[in-house]
Amino acid sequence: MNRYPLWKNLIVVFMLVFGVIYALPNLYGEDPALQISARATAITLADQQRVTGLLQQHGIPIKQATIVNDQVLVRFANTEDQLKAADLMRKELGRAFIVALNLASNTPAWLSALGAKPMYLGLDLRGGVHFLMEVDMDSALKQMRERMVEDVRGFLRNEKLRYQLVAAEGNDVVVRFADGAEREAAKAVLTRQYPDMEWSEREEGKLAFVVGRFSEKALLAERKAALEQNITTLRNRVNELGVSEPIIQQQGDERIVVQLPGVQDTVRAKEILGATATLEFRLVDGTPTEWEEAAKTGQTPAGALLFQQRGGQPVLLKRQVIITGNQIVDASSGIEQQSGSSAVFVNLDGKGAKRMSDITSQNIGKPMAVVFIENKVETVEENGQMVKKKSVVQEVINIATIRDQLANRFQITGLDSSKEARDLALLLRAGALRAPIEIVEERTVGPSLGADNIQAGVTAAVIAFVAVALFMILYYSLFGVFANVALFVNLVLIVAVLSLLQATLTLPGIAGIVLTLGMAVDANVLINERIREELRNGNTPQAAIHAGYERAFATILDANLTTLLAALALFAFGSGPIKGFAVTLSIGILASMFTAIMVTRSLVNLTYGRQARLKSIAIGGV
Amino acid sequence: MRFIPNNTHFDFFGKRYIAYGVTIFFVLASIISLATKGLNFGLDFTGGMVVEVVYPQAVELEKVRTVLAEKGMEGAVVQHFGSANNVLVRLPPKDGVKQAEFSAQVLEVLNSLDAKAEMRRVEFVGPAVGKELVENGAMALVFVLVGIMIYVGLRFEFKLAFGAVQALLHDVIVVLGFMSFFEFEFDLAALAGVLAVMGYSINDTIVVFDRIRENFLKMRKATPIEVMNSAINDTLSRTTMTSLTTFITVMVLFYFGGAAVHGFSYALIIGILSGTYSSIFVAAALSLAMGLKRSDLVRERVKDGSPVDDRP
Repeated sequence: MNRYPLWKNLIVVFMLVFGVIYALPNLYGEDPALQISARATAITLADQQRVTGLLQQHGIPIKQATIVNDQVLVRFANTEDQLKAADLMRKELGRAFIVALNLASNTPAWLSALGAKPMYLGLDLRGGVHFLMEVDMDSALKQMRERMVEDVRGFLRNEKLRYQLVAAEGNDVVVRFADGAEREAAKAVLTRQYPDMEWSEREEGKLAFVVGRFSEKALLAERKAALEQNITTLRNRVNELGVSEPIIQQQGDERIVVQLPGVQDTVRAKEILGATATLEFRLVDGTPTEWEEAAKTGQTPAGALLFQQRGGQPVLLKRQVIITGNQIVDASSGIEQQSGSSAVFVNLDGKGAKRMSDITSQNIGKPMAVVFIENKVETVEENGQMVKKKSVVQEVINIATIRDQLANRFQITGLDSSKEARDLALLLRAGALRAPIEIVEERTVGPSLGADNIQAGVTAAVIAFVAVALFMILYYSLFGVFANVALFVNLVLIVAVLSLLQATLTLPGIAGIVLTLGMAVDANVLINERIREELRNGNTPQAAIHAGYERAFATILDANLTTLLAALALFAFGSGPIKGFAVTLSIGILASMFTAIMVTRSLVNLTYGRQARLKSIAIGGV
Repeated sequence: MRFIPNNTHFDFFGKRYIAYGVTIFFVLASIISLATKGLNFGLDFTGGMVVEVVYPQAVELEKVRTVLAEKGMEGAVVQHFGSANNVLVRLPPKDGVKQAEFSAQVLEVLNSLDAKAEMRRVEFVGPAVGKELVENGAMALVFVLVGIMIYVGLRFEFKLAFGAVQALLHDVIVVLGFMSFFEFEFDLAALAGVLAVMGYSINDTIVVFDRIRENFLKMRKATPIEVMNSAINDTLSRTTMTSLTTFITVMVLFYFGGAAVHGFSYALIIGILSGTYSSIFVAAALSLAMGLKRSDLVRERVKDGSPVDDRP
């Protein structure tokens, strides 16, 4: 009577195979590695050979070098070699390449092909920096008002409309006119030009005012833009840090999470994330031969400055700056209507537009350059002292010919690809943070603490497992062994599901797994106590097994579902590490219901199910 | 092997007034402690900064304090953490000071004592973030209580649901009370622990309730007190066994899991004791006091009077 139909046994076998396959990558471990990618171009085999050549030259042994996802991936035997190599690569390859530290999984190809990966360890286990940054929205909106004031002033002047004053007043933009007639003329045009604003009228004695208020939609769009642009900027800067698998995410309406696994130097991380960068538009001076000449001799003609292009070639630019990045309101990439080629569309504010228009009108047909300037503060060691060093990185990111007199809206064409257009638009937008950011939370875990945490978590899990297992065998004899097999399968399944979901495993998450070990045997305790009870009531062993599982089932279901309810609440309202705990707890509850009921039953049936005249079962006494 | 002899007949509910007294004592004591001493909130909730550094050899705290004070960080609390080599520096939150920049300075000062100092961790939490965590924690608590009230009410009966929710509240108050009385640090992990206690306790309560319903079905002529007593006695062996295995795992976590999960395991150690107690003496006893009777759980068939098993 206690036989499982084939399909039930097959489910158990299937789950077992599934669990083993997806949990397996965690046993292979990881190699310290370097990821090297090119800033502008694609990675080629030549780049890989250059990297391995350099390493060989300096006597740094490598385990393996391959090209994966447009990156050279070099594996090392130990962290020491990895760090030495990283320093060497950063020095030798220069700014054209990004060198990132990484842990590369040793999972064999046949497992990777099935999508099996090791668990994703949280920062508290692998070490790294976690920042929660808040965007100062008040300041973003204030800047938006100020830009609008400039814009309206320039617009009214251009349209030759008479006004007395344009100013920001609270959340509004206010324009003052000498009388009602002047106001009427201006208001009609303003309403047409700025449909996002709600324009109303106001009088003070003889003076007439128009008051422009930003619509809710415009304010929301500005907040969104400020957040998005800051995220883009932060992402660019994180790339500078050389971090593999960084996480830069929006959290809520005005916060950004930045997670940098493996980064230990928080000082440097903060410096780079908080760096101020800006853009300048300048006219190009001289010819390519003169540029080369200037680069060689170091002598520049009067009124010119020597710059470097992205690829490293020199170029001379005029001293005079046309506009700076602060005057760029927006930049987007797209297709130019006439030629059909890729282009970047740039919007300037009123002041910038005027200067741009003045200067370009006199320089049609001449080339103009965009310079990217980054102010960095770096703490470096000098003679055993930590010194703060300010450095400025200047780079020409684009040179284009002025075709026409440019005003508040213009386009940069002649770009090679849509990717280049996108990158340029991004740089134009992302050069500077749209609004200041403030760090509201920081959690940095050093590598030794991370390793200690893993050690502590694993030790606790192993000891807890052994203790519970011993206890179960002492108490329930063979049925205890069944429960222990189920408990082990449970553990394998939890690890497999966590690996498959790539959910972040944190130390509280491990605590959740350990707690699950203690609570998961509850189902088997319930079943075994029931079986004992049925035996005491005089039932045959086969009937007792059957009734024991049957009757315990409803209780197990109710008890586990309510616990799951509590775990889900944790997930919904918890943050960071608590979420990790809730995830492992929920997975543990579901996995334990399966293993405690089906896996043990399958084992019990295989052991006792075929014996028609079963006299007794090894359940540790009745 | 057995811990509990078969067919025990403890009279749990006959002496329920003693249990009421014990419950009221612990709940009141907890509330008083919470009201007067409050919780020893960790950095996660108060905001502020913690920097932990490990030196190659033992360090005198006095030295660290003097150097920090020289740099104008007087409010700093300096202590050893785990061993004499590890130094932990705490800075309370300050209004109007951007502390995010501070951690770098503190690290610099700690490094200046010995260049071989290694950073273990830096934690900084802004005051606003801490407040949100408290709010979210409270929300999670309410959500669990309401969810369980509805679930147990539908699956069992509303007197039992009320008893279950009271038992959960009892556990939360007692765990918080213990943490307050013994000035245990209450951090995010401890909050997770308190919420996990609710998960454990409701699990235990449901098992008891399930047996109560079953015994009401079986024992047609017995009084509610007799039925409840038999249900508790029937599940006693299971209750002890599960409490023990879970208790073992949280003790292991407490001693081997590292400092980061201390709050979590401490909350659970108290919570398992309290949760096991409350399933019997709060959840079941309260529903009994509210007049739980056979007809609440068993529908009689009109014709022959035999009970209907209405377990879904």
